[in-house]
Order: sequence, then C-alpha cells, then structure tokens
Amino acid sequence: MSDFLQTRVGAALKDAALAAVITLLLASIMVGLRTKTEQGGLVIVGQWGLVAWMVGVVFVGRLAMSLLIWRGNNPVANAMNAMLPKQDTVSKIGKLVGPLLLLFAVTLPFYGNRYVIDMGILVLTYIMLGWGLNIVVGLAGLLDLGYVAFYAVGAYSYALFAQYFDLSFWVCLPLAGILAAFWGMILGFPVLRLRGDYLAIVTLAFGEIIRVVLLNWYEFTGGPDGISRIPRPSFFGLEFTRKNGFADFFGLDYSSMHRIIFLFYLILILALITNFVTMRLRKLPIGRAWEALREDEIACRSLGINTTNTKLTAFALGAMFGGFAGAFFATRQGFISPESFTFMESAIILAIVVLGGLGSQLGVVIASLVMIGGFEVFRDLEDLRMLVFGLLMVGIMIWKPRGIVSSRAPSVFLKEKKSVSGDLVAEGEG
Amino acid sequence: MSDILLSLKGVKTYYGKIVALRGIDLDVHRGEIVTVIGANGAGKSTTMMTICGVTRAREGQIIYDGENITTLPTHQIVKKAIAQSPEGRRIFGRMTVLENLQMGAAVIDYAHFEEDLRMVYDLFPILEKRQSQRGGTLSGGEQQMLAIGRALMARPKLLMLDEPSLGLAPLVVKQIFEVVKELNEKQGLTVFLVEQNAYHALRLAHRGYVMINGQITMSGGGKELLSNPEVQAAYLEGGRH
Ligand SMILES: Nc1ncnc2c1ncn2[C@@H]1O[C@H](COP(=O)(O)OP(=O)(O)OP(=O)(O)O)[C@@H](O)[C@H]1O
Ligand SMILES: [Mg+2]
Repeated sequence: MSDFLQTRVGAALKDAALAAVITLLLASIMVGLRTKTEQGGLVIVGQWGLVAWMVGVVFVGRLAMSLLIWRGNNPVANAMNAMLPKQDTVSKIGKLVGPLLLLFAVTLPFYGNRYVIDMGILVLTYIMLGWGLNIVVGLAGLLDLGYVAFYAVGAYSYALFAQYFDLSFWVCLPLAGILAAFWGMILGFPVLRLRGDYLAIVTLAFGEIIRVVLLNWYEFTGGPDGISRIPRPSFFGLEFTRKNGFADFFGLDYSSMHRIIFLFYLILILALITNFVTMRLRKLPIGRAWEALREDEIACRSLGINTTNTKLTAFALGAMFGGFAGAFFATRQGFISPESFTFMESAIILAIVVLGGLGSQLGVVIASLVMIGGFEVFRDLEDLRMLVFGLLMVGIMIWKPRGIVSSRAPSVFLKEKKSVSGDLVAEGEG
Repeated sequence: MSDILLSLKGVKTYYGKIVALRGIDLDVHRGEIVTVIGANGAGKSTTMMTICGVTRAREGQIIYDGENITTLPTHQIVKKAIAQSPEGRRIFGRMTVLENLQMGAAVIDYAHFEEDLRMVYDLFPILEKRQSQRGGTLSGGEQQMLAIGRALMARPKLLMLDEPSLGLAPLVVKQIFEVVKELNEKQGLTVFLVEQNAYHALRLAHRGYVMINGQITMSGGGKELLSNPEVQAAYLEGGRH
C-alpha cells in the first residue's frame, strides 16, 4: 500500500481524496443543511445528494488536474505527445501541409456544396484576420485586444463610401485598407511606450471606443440599425445578376452560386496576399526588427533600431489587412452593424493567433480551421457548444503550450538549412 | 580632429526622483580602452545607457566626436557608430545566432555584411558552429560572445561593453578579454568597458575610473589603479582576485 501511495497516481489519489474530504466538511455545513421557511417556522432540510455531487466533482476534477496539468512530467499529456510525430517530422510534414491546404482551398468550389463554400469563406476571413493580427501580436509582440476595430473601420469605410459617394468595391477596398492603417497609427502613437498588460488594456479600450462611436453616431453610421444594402462586388464590372451580368457574358446559366464562388476566391486571394506580404516582410529588415522588438526592446534600441517606426508599421500593416478583411465582410454580408464588431471577435482572432503558435502562418490556418470549424460542428450542442469548445482550447494548450506550430523558421540561412524547433527550448513547457 | 572621442561633462541621471549619476566627468580618447569599475549599484550601467540615450541625462553634456549627442534619439546616437553589448547581454532568444548578428548590422544597412560576419566568426569560431541555433539556447559565455559579435557587426568606432565577464568561467573571461585587446590593438577600436571584475578590467585598460554611488572618485592609468592600495582594498580583496 505504501508503495502504491508513492507512485504518482497514488499521490494524486491521496491528494484528491483529501480535497474531497475538505469539500465534504465545508459542503455539509454550507450546502448540506438548508433552512426552509414552512408553516410553524424554520425547518432544516438536508441536501445530501447535492453534497455528494460536489464531493464527486471535486475528487474527479482534482485528480484530473493533478494527473494532467500540475505535475511536471504528466503522463497523459506525454502520452498524447508520444502519439504525435516529433517536431522535426512536423516541420517536414509542415512543408507539405501548406501546399496541400492551398490545393484543397483552390479546388474546394469544384466539389463543395453551398454550405461548405460558405464555411470556407468564413474560415478564410478568419485566416486573413489571424494573419493580419499575427503581424502585430505574433511578430512584433504587441498584444492587441482591439483588433476588431480595424475590421470595423474597413467594413464601415466601404459601406459608407458606397452609401454616400457611390464608390465601387474595387475603389473602396484600397481605401478601406488605407483608412484602417491610418487608424492603426492613431492607436499606435499613444501606446508606443506601453507594453504587455497595459498595452492590452488600452487596445481593448480602443476597440470598444470605435464600436461605441459606430453605435451612437446615428446620423452617420445608422447606429444600431447598421447599414444595409451594401453593394455586392462585381467581377471586373460584371454584376452577378440574372440579366446582363456575369452569367450572360460567359454564356452560362444563371446561378446564385457564381457569386458565392467568386467571393470565395476573392477572400482566398486577399488572404494569400496577406500571407505573401507577411512572409516577404519577415525576410526584410523591418520584419526582423519586429521580431527583435518582440524579444527585447532595449536591445533593439541599443542596436540603433527606430522602435517608434517599427511599432507603428506593425500596427499600421496589421490594421490594413484587418481593413481589407472588413471591406470584404461588408460586401459579402450586404449588411453591417456594430453587433458584428464586439470584443468577442477580437478574442476569437487572438485565440486563433495564440493557439496557432505566435508568429506561425500555418498555425493560424490550422487554428482557424479548428476554431471556426469547431464552432460549426458543435452547433447542434447548443449550450454545450461553448463548453466543448473551451475544453478543446484547454486541451490544445496542455498538449502544445506554445501553440500548434511552435517551431519558428529562421528568416535567413547561410550554409546549412535547419529549422530551429520549439522543442529545443524547454522554458514555458510542461 | 580632436583626440577625444567621447566625453561626459557633469552628467546627472535620475530614475524618477532617485539620482543615479551625480555629475559624471570622464573622457575616452581615440584608440583607448577605458574602464569604469565600481560596486553593485554604483551607476556603471546607467552611465552606459545614458551615453546611448536609453536613459536620459537630466543635466550635463555628452560630447561624441565633437558633437553634442545628449538629446539625440537613441537610434541616431547608435548610427554614429557607437555599439554596445548591454548588461545581461540581451540576446534575441528566439532568433538564431545568425539573425542576432544580422540585427547588429541593421544600423549600417547591412553594408559589408558577409565580410563583417566572417570577421566575427573568426574572432569567435564557436558562433559559426552555432549559427542556426537559437540565441536563447547558447551558454552564458557563448551569449556574451554573441552580444559582442552583434555589436561589432555595426562597425563601431566606440564599443561599449557592460560586464562582459559576468558569470563566466575564468578561461572564457580571458578569451573574451583577449579578443577585446586584439580588436583594440589591431583595428584601433576604442573600447569603453564597464566591469566589476576590477583585476581583469584594469589590467586590460589603458585608463580606469572608479565609480562609487553615482560619482567618479578616482581615475588613473590601469596599472596605476591596480596597484593603488585603496582600489586593492575595495575591489581586489587586498590584491588577491
Ligand atoms: N530602471 C531603474 N529604475 C530605478 N532605479 C534604477 C533603475 N535602474 C537602475 N536604478 C538604480 O540606479 C542605481 C545605479 O544602477 P546601475 O544599474 O547603473 O548600477 P551598476 O553600477 O551597473 O551595478 P551592477 O554592477 O550591479 O550592474 C542603482 O541604485 C539602481 O537601483
Ligand atoms: Mg550594471
């Protein structure tokens, strides 16, 4: 018996039993006995079933926590890890996964039904947003909790330009990006000296301010009513209409699917541009400066990096891609209101970036698929959906504390080519 | 062209209300190795950070190469070819050795990158072996070499080193100091060295300053200070080390 208690499972059981006893004691008094008003005064009723439940939950929960999470060498997470390929192989597979996913995306409209393609559009929108935010959070290390603000700026820019000036989507798209970038700088200036938690709070507030302004500036933005009948995008001037549109021009039978497929490719291209630009920038001095800034700001300054410019460009570029995505969102939905730009959106996008592994482009894709796809798959579970979803996220974080793709590919190689794996660095794991 | 490369005149630096430097005067001549020694909290690192403007002098002047740089932004000060290996090395932990070195060259727009990289690798061959390894996974000594190498990538006229010997084995300290000496003798590099390891620092330096509590209390030739009984008593444990 004493041998058994010395094993980890034994110790965990003992610990869980102790916690259960404490719960029993506390719950007996506080929950088990309940006073009730009846005719003739107070009576005491027992709620022992509830107490039993609580004790059970504490026991199981505590046991699970100490086996799975608290201990350094936790058997379950290790077992999960052992089932997975090693990081080295992952980066080899990673080289294949990217192109395969791209191939999958490009060919999706040929065999997907409308529901699947709609889902694809949604996932791609989040991938694009994730990639945009990845510049700010993943590369430059600036924790931004108000990213949705730029998404909103982009969406409203297009909607308002279209409403007041009758400008087309293709004219508004760059405008939306520029305006969002401009707002990115506006946010950037006051927070230049802030880091970490403080930065997070201010960006959170910024996101809310934008939403509140949109909500209350009734004459201009329509307030809570939002803006409806936002024009749909055209295909080089060809509308997706029943008559004299895209279908007629190409001699096709009219189908409402044309527009959906067009939107799908549009967001795919926008997202790919985001990815391409980010990958290019990572190899340029500015991209390296972002990463260095994430690592150590003082070192950056003492190396002669202009940290002000570096931060502002990160904010501006991240915001710009958010703006593009916003304009796309507006044209796709045809209707926008401040409802769509709540903190929840920022949180989801940030979760995608963090779960994906800060700074990893492929990680963002996988995390978007898991998260947005997960939302859909669990749709039937109604209330349980968030719970299942939360568990999923906790699971990923136990199993991969540094995100799904934790290896960081160096931006330069000279002679040998070798990925530097996250596994080489033990800190923060376990 | 004056002989003096860097001079501090009555520099006072504060952290909020706390005074860290109470009026520092010191000169660094071209081609010289100058060291500042002092106990913990004397203000050595603050002096270095004030020179490159990471912390700001509230009073006094910093003249570099005949120009007053006291209020210039840090990145412009560094552009004038002042490079440093800061306290605690401040390696970019998740970036590779090569990327770290590349960051050093950013300030001169990667001019002569390959050539300078070769030079650094020749000085510290271990860095070449480790070039694709993450900076954070290097040993302390290797990180110090990387920090110095990174600073050299900027082709500095003035190299500032903050406690390069901290936490390193005597042999590694010797190796690093030898490299500094070589750079100074062969390339005429001016070095400003902040150290607690007074014995090594004073043996290496042409001149030294002793700093106590934000003030310079003594100065003189390296050998001269080394044999000064006061210095020996306070920093060399009666001559032993
Ligand atoms: N960021 C800061 N905020 C407040 N006080 C500081 C700060 N940095 C340094 N100080 C104070 O300024 C004084 C000088 O510090 P400094 O780091 O320059 O000492 P040092 O000589 O480099 O010491 P060491 O040899 O331990 O590195 C110390 O009293 C220290 O507490
Ligand atoms: Mg110091």
